[in-house]
Amino acid sequence: MEFTLNKVLQGFYKDSVALMRLSRDLVAMEGVNEAALMIGSPSNKQILRDAGLLASEGDAAEGGDLVVAIRAKDSKAAHAAAEAIEPQIMSQTRASDDDIDWRPQSIRSAAKASPDANLALISVPGEFAAAEARKALSRGLHVMMFSDNVSVEDEIALKIQARERGLLMMGPDCGTAILDGVPLAFANNVAGGEIGIVGASGTGIQEVTTLISNNGGGISQAIGVGGRDLKNEVGGISTLLGIDRLDSDPSTSHIVLISKPPGDRVLPKILDRITESSKPFTICFIGASNFNVPANATVTRTLKEAAQSALGGKSIGSEIVSKNQVSKEGKQIRGLYSGGTLAAESQVILLDAGLEVASNAAVPGASDLKNAAGMHQIIDLGDDQYTQGRPHPMIDPEIRREPLEEAMNNPNVGVILIDIVIGFGAHPDPAGQLVSMLAGTDKKNQPEIIASITGTEQDPQIRSTQVKTLQSAGVHVADSNADAAIAALQMLRVNS
Amino acid sequence: MQLIEQGNQEAIRRMLSAEPVLIDVVPAKEIVPGLKDRMILHAGPPITWDRMCGPMQGAIAGIIVFEGWAKDLDAALDMAAAGEIEFDPNHHHDAVGPMTGMTTVSQPMLVVENKTGGNRAYCAINEGLGKVMRFGGNDQEVLNRLAWIRDVLGPGMGGALREMGGIELKPLIARGLSMGDEMHQRNVACSGLVLRAIASSMAKTSKDATALSEALAFISANDQFHLNIAMAMGKAIMDPLRDIEGSSIVTAMSRNGTEFGIRVSGTGDEWFTAPVEMPEGLYFAGYTEADANPDMGDSTIVETIGLGGFAMGASPAVAGFVGAGAASEAANYTHRMGEICASENPEWTIPAMDYLGVPTGIDIRLVVETGIVPTINTGIAHREPGVGQVGAGVVRAPMACFEQAVRRLAEKLGIS
Repeated sequence: MEFTLNKVLQGFYKDSVALMRLSRDLVAMEGVNEAALMIGSPSNKQILRDAGLLASEGDAAEGGDLVVAIRAKDSKAAHAAAEAIEPQIMSQTRASDDDIDWRPQSIRSAAKASPDANLALISVPGEFAAAEARKALSRGLHVMMFSDNVSVEDEIALKIQARERGLLMMGPDCGTAILDGVPLAFANNVAGGEIGIVGASGTGIQEVTTLISNNGGGISQAIGVGGRDLKNEVGGISTLLGIDRLDSDPSTSHIVLISKPPGDRVLPKILDRITESSKPFTICFIGASNFNVPANATVTRTLKEAAQSALGGKSIGSEIVSKNQVSKEGKQIRGLYSGGTLAAESQVILLDAGLEVASNAAVPGASDLKNAAGMHQIIDLGDDQYTQGRPHPMIDPEIRREPLEEAMNNPNVGVILIDIVIGFGAHPDPAGQLVSMLAGTDKKNQPEIIASITGTEQDPQIRSTQVKTLQSAGVHVADSNADAAIAALQMLRVNS
Repeated sequence: MQLIEQGNQEAIRRMLSAEPVLIDVVPAKEIVPGLKDRMILHAGPPITWDRMCGPMQGAIAGIIVFEGWAKDLDAALDMAAAGEIEFDPNHHHDAVGPMTGMTTVSQPMLVVENKTGGNRAYCAINEGLGKVMRFGGNDQEVLNRLAWIRDVLGPGMGGALREMGGIELKPLIARGLSMGDEMHQRNVACSGLVLRAIASSMAKTSKDATALSEALAFISANDQFHLNIAMAMGKAIMDPLRDIEGSSIVTAMSRNGTEFGIRVSGTGDEWFTAPVEMPEGLYFAGYTEADANPDMGDSTIVETIGLGGFAMGASPAVAGFVGAGAASEAANYTHRMGEICASENPEWTIPAMDYLGVPTGIDIRLVVETGIVPTINTGIAHREPGVGQVGAGVVRAPMACFEQAVRRLAEKLGIS
């Protein structure tokens, strides 16, 4: 039997919007067919009457009273609903679930909100990135474009637009930069100093800046240019602009260039530009064959050597991680990398030691992974084939689990090389994640694991904490990625 | 690009320099240009009888009886269906009307003059809440109230306004914003301010104490009384922008209950329309979403000038109509609308947002680029003729209108 219940709260006022919200909550309650909360004015009582909600108690209410009117399937349901709504009537504070702080939703309004900002970091899907970058550049903002999948045509047009306006166009696909001491995207908390870097490679910049910082040096600026900048099509526009900036920057005394080998038409332009400068340069084009080196430049094969050169030839790090030799039969090295340039550096070191190396991101001289039988394998887990639809291994190292298990149980593998990249943007505890993957594996007759950590004590993950975590699980920790690769060679006695 | 920026600068200049003054109340037949006998002006872009929604048809039947063109509602419906009535949008006659927006010859019209532009705009007087013609109500009670507005309230207000030299609206709005109104869904402060401004002149010019008392009581009891004044003001502010070469600023947004239409400065009087959306909101006792008519009315002119949904930050109580209902979210509505507006109004500011000016000048390019459409605060009418208002809430303008407008403007400017 349907039951209409009216409760009158004498002299109780509440705003009509609040009452309508409460009415909606009341109607949604179990067994309630219709309900309303209204101030008992004559017109409101007429509305309640029309809705079949007015009982004699409600009819007696006056203009200053609140009527809670409920029509429910029975008396019990009506009383239960009345009781349930009462605390809400007495305190209707509804805090927002969302973060109520407004965030600008366009470059236009972000620039309006921060009129002093001079750089836009763009990280939107590739198809929209170029349009956003054009807007930023036309507002006089430098651009760091984290987005990839941007066409070469757009990249060239944006870089030309930036050059015309005297701005930096870093990227597309620029993962790392440190400008005026501010780390952007994937970057580390490094010491300030006089060494400036222009790099087409994110992890390459991270490895060199952290090695410099961990060994007494410091960084003035680290300018990323994106992986394609030194290809012939793009022509090194941003690299040249970056060199110009550092060359004229009085706080930069030494300039380091980091990239994969440049295109044949770009290389001479870069070398000519270096020759024009009065500052010393270090060039690390990983995997590049010989070229004519300008008198004011030093060419290095590895990132570690680049850091040493920038530090004035200071020897850094130790190539020995353990006096142990590999106990098991396996003689192959298996590298499982999150950083593409770190993977390239290891390939170079293995190739220079006369080994046969295969990789999914092969440097000149290395073989394709398809022909890897019997070879040492260096795998770049940040390559598209692994990251389709999942985060990059620097953000989520979970991608490493499967190939790690495979390598651990492969009788031919003697040493596993692993890079742990920490800093801003990276996983909060990549060492811990690795150790958890190793937990439960049989420690006997398994490959040795050598890891290096790209990062500093000042990074959120704290380098020494990451080292301890790894060592506690029996992982050897090298001072640099290059040292890890050399240590692997020593463990396998394949190098003197 | 240059032309658009220049056009928009001029558009914003005209908007911000407008000086709207409520100067008079005059019967429509004496003042609304082009309005004739047996002609009904309605809300929204142009629409034919057969495509009108229930409340619009209900209001038309009611106003036909009110004007005495038919003896009852049935005869009125036959008359409308037989094509004996001429329909035209309010917007084509310097006028606006809330919800169904009925404007006919004998209705008293609020007259707002833009002293800067020299133009005038008109809107009928607000009838109050509940069962009223603007929400499709049409029974004897509704018609009697309209007759009283025509015979008593309208002339009384007109006389008072002429006596006092009008009410300047720009400062009134500025004060209302600081008192919690956004001038679309909440007009309680501005209605009070209008009453305060006009009361003594009404007393001075009235010859009939009973009529005066009724008029003052009517205004006092109607929290939305000021809405129609704000609408005429909006129209008076925006009309001088109606044809600025290149400008991508919206000059009108309006709905007829079937379609949503916008007009853009650089494309003149062309309408860009799309199917109107359903409001999200709260309902009066006894009604649900199932009873609701899609969005309706010329009142979106209020959002077009930066009030209503655009000024939500001034009116936290109204934020309760949508979403989680947190008053603390109100400012975000205003910030979001700032993303699609070319400028801010330095005179109409929101104290709780550190005196941020209300977002001013909807730029169709920014709407399309950001994917953010105008948020509109609105009343909700019953879908059937004759019932009236059943709720209130928030509705979004359809993106398709803005996309069409961008294409048309680009075409006009020769941009492919």
